[in-house]
Amino acid sequence: MALSKIWVLAEASEGKVSNTTLEILTKARALADTVECVYAGADADAIAGALGAHGATKVHATGDLTGRLLGVPVAAAIADAVNGGNAPDAIIAATSYDGRDIMGRLSVKLDKTVITNNVDLEVDGDALVTVEPVFGGNTMVKTKFTAGGPYLVLIRPKSFAAEESGGGAAAVESIAIPDTGATGTAKLLNRHVEERSGPSLDEATIVVSGGRGLGEAEKFGMIEDLAKKLGAAPGASRAIVDAGWVPYSYQVGQTGKVVKPTVYIAAGISGATQHMVGMKGSKNIIAINKDAEAPIFSVCDLGIVGDVHKVLPALIELLNAR
Amino acid sequence: MNIVVCVKQIPDPAEPGALDPTTKTLKRDGKLILDESDSYGVEMALQLADAAGGGEVTLVSMAPNNEVGGLRTALAMGAAKSVLVSDPALAGTSALGTAKVLAAAIKRVEGAELILTATESSDGYTGTIPEQIAELLGLPSITFAKSISIADGTVSVQRQTEAGYDECEAPLPAVVSVTAGVVEPRYPSFKGIMAAKSKPVDQVTCSDLGIDPASVGWAGGGQEIVLVEAAPAREAGEVIEDDGTGAEKIVAFLDGLKVI
Repeated sequence: MALSKIWVLAEASEGKVSNTTLEILTKARALADTVECVYAGADADAIAGALGAHGATKVHATGDLTGRLLGVPVAAAIADAVNGGNAPDAIIAATSYDGRDIMGRLSVKLDKTVITNNVDLEVDGDALVTVEPVFGGNTMVKTKFTAGGPYLVLIRPKSFAAEESGGGAAAVESIAIPDTGATGTAKLLNRHVEERSGPSLDEATIVVSGGRGLGEAEKFGMIEDLAKKLGAAPGASRAIVDAGWVPYSYQVGQTGKVVKPTVYIAAGISGATQHMVGMKGSKNIIAINKDAEAPIFSVCDLGIVGDVHKVLPALIELLNAR
Repeated sequence: MNIVVCVKQIPDPAEPGALDPTTKTLKRDGKLILDESDSYGVEMALQLADAAGGGEVTLVSMAPNNEVGGLRTALAMGAAKSVLVSDPALAGTSALGTAKVLAAAIKRVEGAELILTATESSDGYTGTIPEQIAELLGLPSITFAKSISIADGTVSVQRQTEAGYDECEAPLPAVVSVTAGVVEPRYPSFKGIMAAKSKPVDQVTCSDLGIDPASVGWAGGGQEIVLVEAAPAREAGEVIEDDGTGAEKIVAFLDGLKVI
């Protein structure tokens, strides 16, 4: 059995569809006969090709939403379409800032539960079953929707591999945004982009992350030096992002980026659940930590129980000598 | 300015979490503490009320067994009072059901101009409740705040994004979810801890809030856990004491993978 129709909330930036959207589309087309997208933005024509190539036949586009936060208007538009008889069996979004906002609002408008943080989906008859990792990923919980659709689902980044379907460009149609009254009065005034050096956490072959074990903010320089030497992306645990040592854009973990590089090097990171969820899928994990009992050692391929202040400089020196 | 902060009381994250074998949900029947994620909202609320020249910070929480351990911590930080919803009918309530309960509890607080929440709890981390509460209350919202200021009936927020942050604003009343970067929480003082013991906790049930028990709990969730299983374990790797050759071992490992 398969579902009849799934809507995927598409996200894009500067005309480029997010990888997570393409990953979800790939999974959605294995679960349903028809896959369509909802897109909040004026440039749906620019992304219709990529969405179509990954299985979407149609894009319901809101048009320009500059100056607005997306949660309220997009949820209102979807709820109107669903109540107007155009209901898909499931609506899937990425666990992203806007994805969570939209699905939270939508769940109230439709009075339907939303199941979050999933890494896989299965169809059981005409119901949908979600798969969510808990306790840092050592336990998987499967949850079935029992109250009828549309089933609302949030999927974590990098849960599936994106694959093209060979489909042509998706047809762009407009979806109307109703008056949102007081709920829609929040404004987005200005966007700020924080510069970061080197390859992105999403795409790097190697990621080198530092944590509280570095001792002080200045020592993050060792992480940046090593990353530069390896052509790697520098990352960080939530602890040192919260402490203000590095910007949020460096954060790997539940509330930061999910990374799956060929090699992940964790230096001075103990391996809190919050962090492990974001890096456990890496192909190879190297951990350096002075505490032999640190949870990070339970998931690593190579673990060095030692002082990062000795191991990292020695490592940089060895790489310099090559 | 009166501010409501939604706070969750959770099992101590230092203890390993466990699922109840019968209900397949998180065990929450032991002693509960204030979710650290919520201490940022409490601190932000106290500072905003101060900056506004006064007003009350009220906590709103839902917990089993009339648990107040975590609430006392937030009251000791300086919150004035608390509404606690506790009812056996709430066991197994979904995120949407929880939002309905919290929204109803927030309505009991007079003159709340700002409602603060964390972006997500540290134990369940669904992360949808801030928007659900806002929608239920018919209010605007801004999520993932890393900075908040208030002037002339408007809340201004730096909202975290993938690439940096967005400058946003909303007219009050509004719901704002805060990240851990928004402000540094204070430690409760001895005086605060003593004072917290006598601060009012308004204990209410579903019927006090006019909530139909059938719309919450296991039955009202629209979802059912069908299976809990161990994830495929990663094969154990090699862990060695650094005897001065740790760096060499790492280089050899990277060499073997042909990534350097």
